[in-house]
Amino acid sequence: MTSVLDAAPLTNSLTAGKLPRRSSLWILLASWAVSAAVFAMLFLSGTVDGFNVVGTIVFGTVLYCFAIYVLSRLVEGSRKAKDRLMTALVTAAFVIALLPLVSIIYTTVVNGLPAFLTPTFFTSSQRNVVGAGGGVLHAVIGTLMVTGMATLISVPIGLLTSIYLVEYGRGRLARAITFFVDVMTGIPSIVAGLFAFALFALLFDDPGIRFGFGGSIALSVLMIPVVVRSSEEMLKLVPNELREAAFALGVPKWLTILKVVLPTSIAGIVTGVMLSIARVIGETAPLLIIAGFTSSMNYDLFGERMMTLPVFVYTQYANQGADSQAYIDRAWAGALTLIVIVMVLNGLARLIAHWFSPKLGR
Amino acid sequence: MTTAAATTIKARQRPGDRIFSSATLIAGSLILAVLAAVAIFLLVESLPAFVADPAEFSGDTTNFWSYVGPLVFGTIYSAILSLIMAVPVAIGIALFISHFAPRKLAQGLGYLVDLLAAVPSVVFGLWGIGVLAPLVQPFYANLVDWFGWFTPFAGPVSGTGRTIFTVAIVLAVMILPIITAICREIFLQTPLLHEEAALALGATRWEMIRMAVLPFGLPGIISASMLGLGRALGETMAVAMVLSPSREVIFQLLTAQNSNTIASNIALNFPEASGVGINILLATGLMLFVVTLLVNMLARAIINSRKAFSGAN
Repeated sequence: MTSVLDAAPLTNSLTAGKLPRRSSLWILLASWAVSAAVFAMLFLSGTVDGFNVVGTIVFGTVLYCFAIYVLSRLVEGSRKAKDRLMTALVTAAFVIALLPLVSIIYTTVVNGLPAFLTPTFFTSSQRNVVGAGGGVLHAVIGTLMVTGMATLISVPIGLLTSIYLVEYGRGRLARAITFFVDVMTGIPSIVAGLFAFALFALLFDDPGIRFGFGGSIALSVLMIPVVVRSSEEMLKLVPNELREAAFALGVPKWLTILKVVLPTSIAGIVTGVMLSIARVIGETAPLLIIAGFTSSMNYDLFGERMMTLPVFVYTQYANQGADSQAYIDRAWAGALTLIVIVMVLNGLARLIAHWFSPKLGR
Repeated sequence: MTTAAATTIKARQRPGDRIFSSATLIAGSLILAVLAAVAIFLLVESLPAFVADPAEFSGDTTNFWSYVGPLVFGTIYSAILSLIMAVPVAIGIALFISHFAPRKLAQGLGYLVDLLAAVPSVVFGLWGIGVLAPLVQPFYANLVDWFGWFTPFAGPVSGTGRTIFTVAIVLAVMILPIITAICREIFLQTPLLHEEAALALGATRWEMIRMAVLPFGLPGIISASMLGLGRALGETMAVAMVLSPSREVIFQLLTAQNSNTIASNIALNFPEASGVGINILLATGLMLFVVTLLVNMLARAIINSRKAFSGAN
């Protein structure tokens, strides 16, 4: 520090020992340019085929980390240099996390679109289809029925439980339920599938049992804890004054909950339910175990195997026929359908939360 | 007169109140019952596996424990590897969202990371085979050439890139959102006065984070990692699709022979299983359930104990 001041006695002491503003941006661009130049030279000299964009950005960023650290250390001292280095690393961590997301969405759209756009994709099943053609109608119907039934089971149980936890539950039982609901969110999905299988295999004494309703039960096991947690958060947000006002007017507790508490928090609860549907609609493993797979339509939840979208994607990939490209195309198109459904559910849920949430006076 | 004073005024019990409150109580207890039922039904259906005839086991294994051993190893090995990759990145993302990103952007950036959690696991599987494995295979070849003397990197290198290391990368991406979400919450709970005190003493932003945020958030980071570990242990489809499995304990990360995981083994073999084979797979599922339950309970216990003393509220 002192050497800098000695060398330039006329500089303002407040700005001395600081890199100029926006210098980090310029250094980053310069590092990318240098790295791009190196890769361009490699490409032109014929050592590698094709200009490596990913390599350019990765090495450019690494170069930036070095450059900013060294420069800042020379000008600003070691403490500030470390701060700049960590800022660079933390930002890089965030960008690293976005790369797979972008890559997944990009490849799914690119690989999935051709089969996704064929006219039969949403109007026919895979029955008697060998090679190209056919569609996912049976899987879409199966997914809608299985997930719909799971929602019908989970929402009442989950909502009532969250009401119990917020409005009634005190003491040990409530604490135990809160704790185990949290623990249940971590149950592996395949274990839920095995549970549904074990339950119905024992109940109906059929060791090869496969049917859609079992899938709904398995999904409910995964879905109930999510519904409980999100509804509980929303019910807690309802101001106590509303409840007290209702009690003061002589309204019974159960009517207060039904007519005052629930309507106030309904937007948040709907958001939570939609997010939980988005979470279970992509579950593959439990449905592979208990709902099985088929290539025909099945509208009966309580009999025979039932195809669902995630299992469709898996089986198209795993059991490729002679014309393997057709199967892989269909797998990607199924994946695209799934991603679209999940993203739409997520987006809608956020919008509902945004539009209908009670406006807090600020 | 004295008797009248002793009686307390009680609200009239309406039938609606009783029905409603008992309905909520039943729903709450049902959840505990379901968790117990998962354990009981899995246990009942697994019992035949423990006394199964040696001929029922495929390969050269003769009893349940030698069958499940390599699977347990593969499950833990891949989960730990993914955790090593995911935790530093997740802490970085959480810090970025909580302390580095502009305030207005922070929430939107948080949603972006949450979107990663919404991608179905079967899509991660397709991506792992179709994009990631071919992308990393050349790096594996170089690693084996240069560091082959180091046992985990010993050859021969897999030609497809579908190794346990690729699986660990996919798992790391899948558990990033949950670890990030919890770390973010914990970092935001850091008492503002601690942060401001550090800054007022002249600390740089990184020094403030190291002195105030990270020590405060350490238990949260640990339990978030354990929740991530639970997810990685139980992840099924991505592993089943990406890994090229075998039935031994293998430490090498980059070869075509890899220890399978419990969940992936069930998914691959269940559709064709019959007789005692089903019971054996259910028994391995029971093992997985017990392990993940313990990991999750420990993680939640740490988070809950922290909540009470955090002083953030």
